[in-house]
Amino acid sequence: MTEITEVPSPFCGIGTDDLTIKVDGVLLKVIENGCAVNTPAFEQPITDTQARVSGQEVSLDVAVAKAAELLKDTKLPLIGGCATDVNGMRGLLALADKAGAVIDNMNFTGARNNFLALQDSGWMNTTLAEVKNRCDLLLVVGTDVEAFAPRFFERYLWNKESMFLDDTSSREVIYLGRAPSGTASTSPTGKAAQVLPCAIEDLPEVIAVLRALVKKQPIRVTSVAGIAVADLQTIADKLLAATYGVVTWGAGALAFKQAELTVQTLSEMIKDLNNQNTRCSGLPLAGKEGDQTANQVCGWTTGYPARTRFSSGYPEYDPFLNETKVLLENGEADALVWVQAFNVNAVPPETNLPTIVVGRSGMTFTKEPDVFIPVGTPGIDHAGHAYRMDNVVAIRLKKLRDSGLPSTAEVLNAIEQAL
Amino acid sequence: MLIKLTGGIVYDPASGIDGQQQDIYIRDGRIIAKPADAVVDKEYDLKGKVVMSGAIDMHTHIGGGKGNIARTLLPEDHRQDPVYRSDITRSGCGHAMPSTFVTGYRYAEMGYTAGFEPAVLPNNARQAHMEMGDIPILDKGGYVMLGSDDYLLRMLTAKKDQKAINDYVAWTMTGAKAIGVKVVNPGGINAFKFNQRKLDLDEQNSHYGVTPREILRVLATAVKEIGVAHPLHVHGCNLGVPGNVQTTLDTIQGIGGLPMHLTHIQFHSYGTEGDFKFSSGAAQIAEAINRNKNITIDVGQILFGQTVTASGDNMRQHANHKHASPNKWVTMDIECDAGCGVVPFKYKDQNFVNALQWAIGLETFLLVNDPWRIFLTTDHPNGAPFTSYPHLIRLLMDRSFRNDMLATIHPEAQKMTTLASIEREYTLQEIAIMTRAGAAKLIGLKDRGGLSAGNWADITVYTDNADRQKMFEKPDYVFKDGQLVVVDGKVVSTKWGTTHVVKPEFDASVEKGLKDYFDRYLTMKLGNFKISDDEITEDGRGSISVHPLQGDVA
Repeated sequence: MTEITEVPSPFCGIGTDDLTIKVDGVLLKVIENGCAVNTPAFEQPITDTQARVSGQEVSLDVAVAKAAELLKDTKLPLIGGCATDVNGMRGLLALADKAGAVIDNMNFTGARNNFLALQDSGWMNTTLAEVKNRCDLLLVVGTDVEAFAPRFFERYLWNKESMFLDDTSSREVIYLGRAPSGTASTSPTGKAAQVLPCAIEDLPEVIAVLRALVKKQPIRVTSVAGIAVADLQTIADKLLAATYGVVTWGAGALAFKQAELTVQTLSEMIKDLNNQNTRCSGLPLAGKEGDQTANQVCGWTTGYPARTRFSSGYPEYDPFLNETKVLLENGEADALVWVQAFNVNAVPPETNLPTIVVGRSGMTFTKEPDVFIPVGTPGIDHAGHAYRMDNVVAIRLKKLRDSGLPSTAEVLNAIEQAL
Repeated sequence: MLIKLTGGIVYDPASGIDGQQQDIYIRDGRIIAKPADAVVDKEYDLKGKVVMSGAIDMHTHIGGGKGNIARTLLPEDHRQDPVYRSDITRSGCGHAMPSTFVTGYRYAEMGYTAGFEPAVLPNNARQAHMEMGDIPILDKGGYVMLGSDDYLLRMLTAKKDQKAINDYVAWTMTGAKAIGVKVVNPGGINAFKFNQRKLDLDEQNSHYGVTPREILRVLATAVKEIGVAHPLHVHGCNLGVPGNVQTTLDTIQGIGGLPMHLTHIQFHSYGTEGDFKFSSGAAQIAEAINRNKNITIDVGQILFGQTVTASGDNMRQHANHKHASPNKWVTMDIECDAGCGVVPFKYKDQNFVNALQWAIGLETFLLVNDPWRIFLTTDHPNGAPFTSYPHLIRLLMDRSFRNDMLATIHPEAQKMTTLASIEREYTLQEIAIMTRAGAAKLIGLKDRGGLSAGNWADITVYTDNADRQKMFEKPDYVFKDGQLVVVDGKVVSTKWGTTHVVKPEFDASVEKGLKDYFDRYLTMKLGNFKISDDEITEDGRGSISVHPLQGDVA
C-alpha cells in the first residue's frame, strides 16, 4: 500500500493537482482534497481487463485485428467520444487520417458556442493563476460553477493569499441567469454572491442589454426577462469599476439555440470594457472528457478543432455537418469507433452500425459492441497529458498503479498499424 | 552504410569553405572524413550542384499555445491550402500557420532541417514541446520567455542579487527544456495586466516600479553568467510604434556591451519623418549594429499577403487589433507568467505603411555588414509564412529583381526608402552564413550547421539557378541525420528530429523560494511544473540533445 501525493486530475477541468491517493493493488482511495467529481472518477473500480469480440473474451491482438477488419472497407467511419489524453489523441488522429474517418469530441456541440464566436470575432481571455491573484469581480453567466468543478472557488477565489489583493474574501461574485446549487461562492467571511436569475433562454436579451449599458447606450425599458435594468446597470458599473473583472461561462450550460451569439456578445462586451480604461477578461469553463485536449491536438495536427473529417484525404472542419448525432441519424457513417478513457458512464450512442469501443474499464452497455477493448485511464493507469479549462496549461498526469490495461494510444496505434 | 556525395560545390562557412568542389562521406548519420578503403554503399553524383548544410531557422513560431490559437482562429485560411495525405505523409493544412506535420514537410522541402520556437512560456512549455514533437524531420528547440513573470519582478523589487536571478533563470530553462532565454516587451506584458497600455524603456511598471532597461540588464547578465551560448533574445519595447527606432538604439546602448540578440528588428526600426509621420530607421539601426559587436539581429521581414501575427506581446497586440484583417483577434493574460496576442494581418503593397515596412526590412539586411550577426527570418508567421523564404532570398541576391518589386509598391513608400540605391547582392556564402553556420553558432549547436567531419549529416543540395527563388524552393536532395528525406523538393521519407536543450547548473536551494511561491500563488505544484525528459522521449520518437555551456561550466 502506498500513498501518492500531488496527484493531478484530468476529470474536473480546473487542474487540481493536490490530491493524495492511497493505492492498494489496483484499488484507489482519495484521502485528501477529493471532490464530488474527482473522487468517484479516481475510485472507479476496474472490472474488465480482457478485450471482447461479440461478447466473447479474446486477446488484445484478436480484438485489434477484428477492429481493423471492421474498419477496412468502410467509407465513412465515425470516431466519437474522443475523450483521452494527448498521446491517445495523437493515435486517434493517425487512425482517422488513415481510415478517412470523421472525428468528433463528445462535448463539441457545447464547445461550438465558443468556437463559432472565437472564429468570427475573437476574445480576450485569462487563465486560472491570473484569476487567483488578480480577479476582484467574477461575473458568472448561466452556469453553475460548483456543480461543474466543486473546488473552483476554494482554489481560485477564496485562496488565502493573492499577490495583488489585500483580502481575497472581498472579491465580489455575481451570478446572472442561473443561481448556484450550493454555497461555494460565498466568501469565507460569509458574503454571499449576488444572484440575478432569469430563464436560461432569455440570456441573449439580458446580455445584450448588459453590453449596451457597458457601452453607455440608453436603454428605454426598465426590466428585461424579469431583471430590473437598474440591477444590470449596477453590474455594468461594477465591471467598469473593477480592476480586473473576469466573466465566466460554460459553453455547454448555455443550452439554447444560437448561444454562440451570446458568447460573442459577452466577448465583445469584455473588449468594450478594455477600451474604457480598465481590464476585464473572459474565462470559458471546459476541460471535461478530454475536450480541450482533443481540440488542442486536433488543432495542431489539422488546423481545426475536433469535429473534422478526413474522408477527402485532407482535413475538413464543419462544426455542424460532422456532428456524431447528425452522421448517425442521416445514415452517413458506416462504422462507429467510440473512444472514452475517462468516464464509464459516457457510453456510445445507440446504433446498429458496426461498433468498436475503446473504453474505460468498467463501462457497461445495453447493447454489446462488436469489439470492446478496455483501456487504462490517463492519470491512473498510465502517465499522460491533459489540458485544463484555460487551454494553456497541459497537466502532467501520473501513473498511479500497475493495472496492465493498455493505453488508448497503444490500442489505436495497433488498429492503425493493422489497417 | 557509407554514403558518398561526389563532386558538389560546397558552401560551408563553418569551415571557411566558399564554393569549392568537395566530396562528403556519411556514415551512421554523421559526416565522416574520407575513409581509407571502405566500400561506398550509395553514391550521389553532385557535379555542378550547390551543397550546403541543412538550413536552421533560429526564430519561427512553430510550437506553443498562441500558434494553436492562430490555427483555430483561421479555418478559412486553411481551406485555401488543404494538404492531402500520402503513403508516407500525413494530411493537414498549409498557408499562414500550417499544421505541425505540414510544417515539418514544407521546411524540409525548402532544405531546412531545424527550427527554433522563440517564445516558450514556462507554463505552456509542455504544449510547445508536444507540438514540436509532432513536427517531423526537423530538429527543434525553444527559448523560454521571462521578464514579465511576477516571480522575476518580485525578485527585482526585493533587490535579490544577480546570483539568485541566475539560479532562477537556469532553473526555469531546465524545467522548461529550453536552449535560450527570450524576453518580450520586457515587463510590458505584466504592465498590461495592471492596465498600462504602453511601457517605454525607462518607464516603471506601476506595481513593481521596475523598468524594461533593468529587466534587460539582469536577464542578459544571467544568460551570460550561466554560460548559455545564445545571447538574451530580445523582442523590445514599443513594437510597431512610429519612432521606436530611438527605443531600439537606446536598448542597444543600455545593455552596456552584454551579448544581446534583437529579434524581428524591422518592427522596431521606425522613425516619424515625412508626410505620414512614418519613416525608415534602418540606416541608423544598421549603423548601430555594425558598430556594436555584442549585438546580433534577425530581421522579421514582412512580405505582402495574408498572414497572422502571434506574439507574446499582448500589450502591443491589443493596441494593434484595429489593424486586424480579417477583423477578429485574441489576447490572453497567462498564469502570472506572460500573455499572448493573435491578430490576423494582410500586408498590402499599396498600403504606405506596409510597403515601407517591406523596404525597411530589406534595407536592414543590405546595410548590416556582417552576415554572422544578422539572420534571415520573417518571424514566421508574423511578417510572412516561412514558405516565403526562397522569395526573400531572391530579393537579397538579385538587385534587379528587388528593384522591379520596389517599383510596384506604394509610390510614397518608394520615395521614403534608399533601397533603389543599395547595390549589394548577397552571395551564396553569405546566405549559407545567415541560414546555417551563423545560426548554429548563435544558438550554440555544437554539431549542426557545418559540413566538416563530426557534424550530423544535415545536408541540402541545390541546382544552381540564376533565379534564386526557384533554386531555394526546390532542393535536389535533403539529408537529415544522413537519411534522404527530400528529392526534387518533395518529401520521400520522414523521420523524427531531436530537441536541442541546455542544462545549466543552479543552486538547488532555489526551489525553496519557488515552492513557497507556487503553493501560495500559482495553480500547480512545483513538482508538476517541471518537464521530465521522458515527456519528450516516452512516445518513442523524441530525443533530447544537450549542448555545452560556455566557459568552465560544462
